[in-house]
Amino acid sequence: MYDLIVIGGGPAGLAAACEAYEQGLKNILIIERDRELGGILNQCIHNGFGLHYFKEELTGPEYAGRFIKMLNDTSVEVKLDTMVLDITKNREVHAVNTSDGYQILKTRSVILAMGCRERTRGAISIPGDRPSGVFTAGAAQRYMNIEGYMVGRRVVILGSGDIGLIMARRMTLEGAEVLACVELNPYSSGLNRNIVQCLGDYNIPLYLSHTITKIEGSGRVERVVVSRVDDSTKKPIPGTEISFDCDTVLLSVGLIPENELTKNAGIAIDPRTNGAIVYENMETSLPGVFACGNVVHVHDLVDYVTEESKRAGRAAAAFAKGLSQTDEKVLAMKTGNAVTYTVPQKLRPMRIEKLADIFFRVNRVFGEASILVFDGDGKQIAKFKRDYLVPGEMEHIVLPRKLLDTAGGDSLTVSIEEVQA
Amino acid sequence: MTELTCIVCPRGCRLKVDTENGYRVTGHSCEKGEAYGKNELLNPTRVVTSTVKITGAMHRRIPVKTNGAIPKKLIFEAMKLLDGIELKAPVKLGDIVVKDILGTGIDFVASRDML
Repeated sequence: MYDLIVIGGGPAGLAAACEAYEQGLKNILIIERDRELGGILNQCIHNGFGLHYFKEELTGPEYAGRFIKMLNDTSVEVKLDTMVLDITKNREVHAVNTSDGYQILKTRSVILAMGCRERTRGAISIPGDRPSGVFTAGAAQRYMNIEGYMVGRRVVILGSGDIGLIMARRMTLEGAEVLACVELNPYSSGLNRNIVQCLGDYNIPLYLSHTITKIEGSGRVERVVVSRVDDSTKKPIPGTEISFDCDTVLLSVGLIPENELTKNAGIAIDPRTNGAIVYENMETSLPGVFACGNVVHVHDLVDYVTEESKRAGRAAAAFAKGLSQTDEKVLAMKTGNAVTYTVPQKLRPMRIEKLADIFFRVNRVFGEASILVFDGDGKQIAKFKRDYLVPGEMEHIVLPRKLLDTAGGDSLTVSIEEVQA
Repeated sequence: MTELTCIVCPRGCRLKVDTENGYRVTGHSCEKGEAYGKNELLNPTRVVTSTVKITGAMHRRIPVKTNGAIPKKLIFEAMKLLDGIELKAPVKLGDIVVKDILGTGIDFVASRDML
């Protein structure tokens, strides 16, 4: 019997396992389907990781390396090349690999840290031919940085997510010509710094409010057609077509939390995040099963994944040690004006030591704005000012326990109010 | 007056640099941002990351980075120095791959262990 099984050995799983070990759990197992620990960080060879958590700028492999080193100093067991097939309601983990075969592992607690995967061409239905040369940006990143294959010479990137921007620079440095980065929205979903240092530095044009309306090519991509879209309907405007001769299309059009195991276990999913509904300590609707990292909601920065995962690790350790609590009050987090989701979705004030962290995203660009929090009686209980709010950057507010204890009703609503100039 | 987006951290502050008055920076929220604003106009620099070939390891490529920022105008020339390099495992994090890139005093180093 394990105290804790962590599913996934990427940044979330590593931080959760290290923290649970620190909290005194002895029998911890990490199950990872790849050949090594580190997850997506291994292929993110660029720098910019760790500024918040380590207070220095690291590459992805360096960030992962720090946690792998920490883990090597513990007695945490790791099974690589191992696929989890099922998690049951009574916390049995079914897993398979070539050395142990099919195994049913028992555990006191589980942490879900499976991360996310990329949206594909099928998810966004681009019209045209079906030639080779269309990759998700992350797949191209793996081919280039881990496997050592150059994926193309003349490239158009659809979507301005961070991975797409990073790949625009990476391909340029390796001698490819990146003709355009095309974004459906009137704003980029990537971080500002990536627009500057990945597109700006190399004079790669960013076409906002544009999309690919046709991919042409027999065998390999030969040409794409890009059109301007109407900002309100998102429909292409006839007559605005621009044609690019290229051999490669990279898609950076969003990430989807990978929750097949979660759904099979009957755990409640939030349709807004496509991740599990979690409490303040990252516990899911199935007691003793916790979730953290991109499997819960897609983060911009690994530093925040680490913080969230340590919270899950601490909570799983407390659960495995039998420190259960009864809760008098549960507050449901609701989304008000311009807020697309919150994590956590539920708060149990009794379990919050001093402060509750609330993460969320907005659905459009704001200048000076206020984040307002209302209690269940509709009374405003908190207000936070921001100089700007953008969909590409996850927002974060902190609510003191005292405020939650005195809040009326059984819900809290987070809402955005624009400050009129 | 030149406007810039700071790239020191993900916050992306919007900087204004007064090029006529000693490159005075406003709009920053930290000292690093102030230094970036001035430097970006006088002598822009970047950390460069890439990969090189490796044999005898679990992967065919190993990631490398410059252990400091190099002038932006040297980026492509620096990338050329990595062509044809073939390392043999084991390589440790921080091992020097190219010493003193183009006289900058900055090296390309391995950014992970590969045993």
